[in-house]
Amino acid sequence: MSTPLSGPGSATQAPGREPAGSRPPRSRPSRTRATRDDAPITLTGLAGKVLLLGLTAGVAVWAAFPLVAAGMWAGLALLAASTAGLFYLYLTRRHIPAKYLVPGTLFLIAFQVFPVLYTASTAFTNFGDGHRGSKDDAVVAIQSSSVTQVPGSAEYALSIATTGDPATGALVFLVTDPGTGAVSVGDTDGLRRLDPADVTVATGGRVTAADGYTVLTVGQASSRSREITDLVVPTPGGAVRSSGLSRAYEGKAVRAYEAGCDCVRDAETGRTWTADDEAGAFVAADGERLAQGWKVNVGLTNFTRVLTDENISGPFLGSLIWNFAFAIGSTGGTFLLGMLIALVLHSPRMRGTNLYRVVLVLPYAMPSFAMLLAWRDMFNADFGLINNLFGVNVDWFGQAWTARFAVILVQLWLGYPYMFLVATGALQAIPRELTEATAVDGASPWQSFRAVTLPLLLVALSPLLISSFAFNFNNFNAIYLTTEGAPFPADNPANGATDLLITYTYLLAFGGQGAQFGFAAAISLFIFAIVAVVSAISFRRTRKQEEVYA
Amino acid sequence: MRIRTAGVVALFTLALAASGCGGDSDEPAAKDTPKAAGGKLVIWADDKRTAALKPFAEKFGQENGVSVEVQAVSKDLQTNFVTASQQGSGPDVVVGAHDWIGNLVQNGAIDPVQLAAEQKSAFNPTAIKAVTFNGQLYGVPYAQENLALIRNTELAPEAPKTIEDLVANGRALKASKKATETLCLQVGQNGDAYHIYPLYTSAGGYLFGTGANGDYDPKDLGVGKPESVEAFKKIGALGEKGAGVLKRSIADTNSIATFTGKKCAYLVSGPWAVADVKKANIKYDISAIPGFAGGKEAQPFVGVQAFYVAAKGKNKALAQEFVANYTTTPELAVALYNAEPRPPALTAALDQVKGTDPDLAKFQEAGRNGQVLPAIPAMAAIWDPFGKAEAAVIGGADPTSTITAAGKTISGQIK
Repeated sequence: MSTPLSGPGSATQAPGREPAGSRPPRSRPSRTRATRDDAPITLTGLAGKVLLLGLTAGVAVWAAFPLVAAGMWAGLALLAASTAGLFYLYLTRRHIPAKYLVPGTLFLIAFQVFPVLYTASTAFTNFGDGHRGSKDDAVVAIQSSSVTQVPGSAEYALSIATTGDPATGALVFLVTDPGTGAVSVGDTDGLRRLDPADVTVATGGRVTAADGYTVLTVGQASSRSREITDLVVPTPGGAVRSSGLSRAYEGKAVRAYEAGCDCVRDAETGRTWTADDEAGAFVAADGERLAQGWKVNVGLTNFTRVLTDENISGPFLGSLIWNFAFAIGSTGGTFLLGMLIALVLHSPRMRGTNLYRVVLVLPYAMPSFAMLLAWRDMFNADFGLINNLFGVNVDWFGQAWTARFAVILVQLWLGYPYMFLVATGALQAIPRELTEATAVDGASPWQSFRAVTLPLLLVALSPLLISSFAFNFNNFNAIYLTTEGAPFPADNPANGATDLLITYTYLLAFGGQGAQFGFAAAISLFIFAIVAVVSAISFRRTRKQEEVYA
Repeated sequence: MRIRTAGVVALFTLALAASGCGGDSDEPAAKDTPKAAGGKLVIWADDKRTAALKPFAEKFGQENGVSVEVQAVSKDLQTNFVTASQQGSGPDVVVGAHDWIGNLVQNGAIDPVQLAAEQKSAFNPTAIKAVTFNGQLYGVPYAQENLALIRNTELAPEAPKTIEDLVANGRALKASKKATETLCLQVGQNGDAYHIYPLYTSAGGYLFGTGANGDYDPKDLGVGKPESVEAFKKIGALGEKGAGVLKRSIADTNSIATFTGKKCAYLVSGPWAVADVKKANIKYDISAIPGFAGGKEAQPFVGVQAFYVAAKGKNKALAQEFVANYTTTPELAVALYNAEPRPPALTAALDQVKGTDPDLAKFQEAGRNGQVLPAIPAMAAIWDPFGKAEAAVIGGADPTSTITAAGKTISGQIK
């Protein structure tokens, strides 16, 4: 790559990279501008531009409404700035390179940088089941889940009414005591008895009309749902609350948050749970936690847990070695098989190559999800096709080595058509003259393959091999849909013989006590680091190779 | 130059028009519809139940002048529900299994439902017990299900009294080449705690002890205790290195199919298997899962499907109205039964369909002594290690060390 190309190719230069001598003198900028301005504006170009920018503006407006509704002004400012930036960029004639780079960069930020940063920031929190929201959310959840009916209190029939407009007027509850038939009106001041002469009561006990009040229909009431749920009519024993739109009960929140002690107190038992802002939970003196916690920053806890927890760090090394073996085995195996078939079909003496190619590509055309499940069933020890066909009795997924062999075999079957396709393409790009020349020089076919074809193939395919390696390193489906990590040692249900780091992570983070996103993010960062190092080393080596052969 | 200026002007106008159009068509529509229709109720359920719910939800909407939308969430309904309600984009009502309650409550995703005493008494008491968590009623049950022993009456005319009877008859069938397997009880490569549980209880094991108030106590873990080791010794004796009755090669994917293929005379499964069995034209009968001779009763888990009110729903009052006052009617329970034959939790609805479907009473009888599936969050820590220990023991591993290790893993994960 470093040596300049010679020959006719060097005459055609990329625009903007012309030699300094051919550039018009700087003293006549107006002419340069004029030349650019006179570049023809085609109708399709203009239409495309209008359409895309219109779409951008449309998306921006669409995205702005929720941001305004949620009051997220920083996000809105970012949205406005980036939209304005995009319009500026594509409406001026300057900044040509940026016009090409910006869309890709935006997508890179949205789909690569942001998720990585988000994962990294999650790794420092206890985000997970029981710790999803804010402390206020937890307090609301604790209080509302402690509302119980006051023992022995009446169940009321309920109608929602208002003294004003059905859509905006202040709401009141019209409640009928089923025992006495007495109708009362309730608002935030409490309950007041109504004169029976002023109200019409239906057979179920619900008030259908009352003097001075407009009774809302279910439709009208339901559009003011939040106000109804929030309306609490205080009574001596607790408060009358709605249960839906047709019944009310007298209930009491047994547990309440007290800001003074930063704790939750149970009014019945007197027990208190004090907020622990490091754990993100309300904890009682004896260590009992309330289930509803909140998300807090936990610093490096998740990372140290990976390194110090024996259940995790113990089998980690074994899993890592198997993970490398699996990725190398899958990538190397598919590459060797794919290349071999490509070489065979590349031979000029081969007949019917198109038919072979179609048949060979078939596994690639089938959805890998379904194929993985089909292979899993084929490896079943008693009912599987493989044991029945070959008349053997191998407990494939029951023993560590057969299970490992089986998953790599499945990967080989799924992956070789891809390698075959790319190898075929790369082979056709290698001039036959080169191999013919080696034959003239007296090289055996093997020598010519080793010295000429393979290195040239590798130059083209190395980046693909590296990406295939990175993909297989984290090939979750290959394991999760076949062995699910089995076989597991009898004394350790967390780490199986075929578990990759990613399936192992999944089990650790989501298998036990619900989802632990913070912990999962921390392990993901470890895996990210491993894959990044391996890829970086491989790419460096590839570059050296390209320098030799290009 | 003129073209350029004109172009830019045209561009701006069009761009603004385009964005304006987007705004006009989307925003007012989205904002105005709920008010015009008088409120909207969004229900999330899985595919099958969505179909059954739709007509009834529509009827509820028409009767009350509101719009009701039933949305199918075909995969990971519970996780999606928790995540969506956290973000404020969740539904008002969700339909799911009762053992979700512990997790939904710790995430503040559902609110208690206040039912009147006479509403509660219309339900099967077990179902009400299942949806009660920390003394609060969190859902309205509509169907109840448990495992039973389904047998092919051509191969096995008599219901076995004990596991030993079952094994003896199954072996005889195998010897006479009438069947290839003794018992279709799904185990799979990584075990299946739900399906092995009846045998585990019969052999004396338990998962959680119960506290003073009858709730499961996560501090009293039965896995790893001597009783559980003894239980797994009995299960191991039925395993691959023992009697060969329990096998890892029989899994969720092939257990029912093996039974309908007449390769085994006994199937341990639930009401969901009956449709396949009927389709295969097999003469069958349903009875309780037998226990070990001289052991305790085999107790299957009893699971309940229920309606929940989302805590962060936009229309909570309407959701409460729907869940507390509408799903408690027998008509809806019968319709849901017709969509998928699981025994209704409403006693009146069960009586109504019992006559036409004798299987229901048999399933209910088989679950009479069942245990309510624990809904406490700690249960999540059980499934995986317990299942894998089961698979290992059935594959021939030493029960003592395996179950002790599983107990240690589980107690380590329970906070």
